[in-house]
Amino acid sequence: MKSSFITRNPSVLIFLALLALFTIAVTFMSEAFGAGLISTSFVKTLGKTLCLCLIAIAMDLVWGYCGILSLGHFAFFGLGGYMIGMWLMYARTEAIVISSLANAPIPPTAQEVTDAIGTQIFGVVGSSEFPAIWAFADSLFLQLVLVVLVPGALALVFGWLAFRSRVTGVYLSILTQAMTLALALYLFQNDSGLRGNNGLSGLQNLPGVTASQDTVSMWFLWGSALALGLGYLLAAWVVSGKFGSVIRGIRDDEARVRFLGYSVEGYKLFVFTLTAIIAAIAGALYYPQAGIINPAEVAPIASIYLAVWVAIGGRGRLYGAVIGAAFVSLISTWFTGGGAPDINLGFYKILWTDWWLVLLGLSFVTVTLLAPQGISGLFDRLAGFRSPRRHGAALGPDKGSLQEKEATE
Amino acid sequence: MNAARPQTTPPATAMATLLEVSGVSVSFDGFKAINNLSFQIGPAELRAIIGPNGAGKTTFMDIITGKTRPQEGRVLWGEKSVSLLKMSEAKIAQAGVGRKFQRPTVFEDQSVHDNLLMAVKNNRAPFSVLFYRPGFADLARVEELAAEIGLEEELKRKSGELSHGQKQWLEIGMLLAQDPRLLLVDEPAAGMTLSEREQTTDILREAAKTRAVVVVEHDMEFVRRLNCKVTVLHEGSVLAEGSLDHVTKNQDVIDVYLGR
Ligand SMILES: Nc1ncnc2c1ncn2[C@@H]1O[C@H](COP(=O)(O)OP(=O)(O)O)[C@@H](O)[C@H]1O
Ligand SMILES: [Mg+2]
Repeated sequence: MKSSFITRNPSVLIFLALLALFTIAVTFMSEAFGAGLISTSFVKTLGKTLCLCLIAIAMDLVWGYCGILSLGHFAFFGLGGYMIGMWLMYARTEAIVISSLANAPIPPTAQEVTDAIGTQIFGVVGSSEFPAIWAFADSLFLQLVLVVLVPGALALVFGWLAFRSRVTGVYLSILTQAMTLALALYLFQNDSGLRGNNGLSGLQNLPGVTASQDTVSMWFLWGSALALGLGYLLAAWVVSGKFGSVIRGIRDDEARVRFLGYSVEGYKLFVFTLTAIIAAIAGALYYPQAGIINPAEVAPIASIYLAVWVAIGGRGRLYGAVIGAAFVSLISTWFTGGGAPDINLGFYKILWTDWWLVLLGLSFVTVTLLAPQGISGLFDRLAGFRSPRRHGAALGPDKGSLQEKEATE
Repeated sequence: MNAARPQTTPPATAMATLLEVSGVSVSFDGFKAINNLSFQIGPAELRAIIGPNGAGKTTFMDIITGKTRPQEGRVLWGEKSVSLLKMSEAKIAQAGVGRKFQRPTVFEDQSVHDNLLMAVKNNRAPFSVLFYRPGFADLARVEELAAEIGLEEELKRKSGELSHGQKQWLEIGMLLAQDPRLLLVDEPAAGMTLSEREQTTDILREAAKTRAVVVVEHDMEFVRRLNCKVTVLHEGSVLAEGSLDHVTKNQDVIDVYLGR
């Protein structure tokens, strides 16, 4: 069964091989395990990029394959980050508190330890009480379960309400934006229990681990590469069979699928929730590498960027999503990180940190107009694939799910 | 003229009717598209529905398939006379109602094979579809259907590359794959060449041997070749019913078709 899946999808093997090659190459160039050609901070950037590629795969599944232009998947990404961040912050603060109280003449009681941790964590928002949502923060296992459970449940409830009332197209996109905005606004509040706009910080320090950041960053890079590989495999498997046929059918002509006897709502809910969970796992791997998470991470714009990456990379192809996310986020790091030399025009100085977004917007428009299949469409053209013809006129990658309405008179 | 049948069809005839529509009305913003319509069809019957544009033929199919909910009336299905009005489109399709749209709607991005395989009768729940891998029986069924609709050479092609007539057949093939007990076919001959039309009537007549088939068509020649009972719709209700010769002699029908 496995071998036939691979032979039917040779691109999976190519992708996994390239990913493995990349990981090995980085390992041998890293400071911890190799020649030290690339800095630890760049290793972290690469590791984070792998996580962004993983959420891009989720976005491609939900949008490129199923036609749901969700502009809220970064909410799930962020929630995944918060869930793992709670444990990281709690466990590390606990270790610090215990070591500092160890010298005290009287051994501290458990209550005193908890209070001290609370003061440490919540002092910035003027509180020392542990909110109820931190009930499981002392258990890595439970917080890992919550990484999947909380975003999954949010996606399930949101999707159930939205799909059941047959909200589609632009309205659904707006609804997902509203969801992520609502989450961001909630998290910004000091009494949200998640430290308001301070967010959770110090996440790069693994409690109980004495290894240096050089080493830890490599662990996370490996973990991210593994997750990306598995995520790619899972997504390729999901879209390869009849399930893939059905969801692409939903993208192209939802009513027709319904009259074939498939419950379109059930399928959408399934894909929406599955991709939310993938996004959450990506987030849980991303934020320990970023070191900090705050509510700005789930701002509506983040999810829009995600759609732009996938559009630039090429919708409806898993490797397209990966290429788009990797390409755009690395270039973005280069431009915004001062990597690109500023251009002095004499009368005006182009500062790339300011102008990068304009450049991104322009390339998005260019891709939309000139290469609607995105970067990966160029690969297909080289390979001589025929571009798929879909029902009705396409409205461009930004609204790919919104095909010209089928005449239903 | 036998329009506006009384609603009191005795249940004794339930065995002989597959679908019973009675006293159904639909209005769109006050405009009555379907007006107190009643209709019955047996389990293995071919029926043609004719009527001028805007008569409500497509809306009638929308009601049966659950796309449009009527404000009044009943739609009863099968031996147990279950109401279709409370079921979702997918559930109605699973119960055995297949539908072909006016415009050919196949999944153009996917191969003929994948289109047919998607339609083959199987468990439709997401989880079982996720783990579904086509078995020998299903693949054989796809081949058989492709032969039936004359597309066995095209199985590997993207269905978007097919000719208009071939798409129509593919859609009919997908309907047959569902193995429905009632097939609703909206203007199948539109845009077909003469020989394609002939083949289409053959497919439909063959299908009607084992199931109920309702064909909406404008083209009188096509209807004549179907050689079946005809229902004439006008302004949302039944104007006449009977053989084609019978209804074309009906003065009301002549007025509607030639009057204006
Ligand atoms: N969704 C709708 N909203 C408003 N009017 C509609 C709708 N669907 C159909 N109608 C109207 O109902 C009437 C019957 O339409 P239809 O069933 O498509 O006719 P036919 O298929 O016989 O040509 C037409 O006048 C049409 O304009
Ligand atoms: Mg019509």
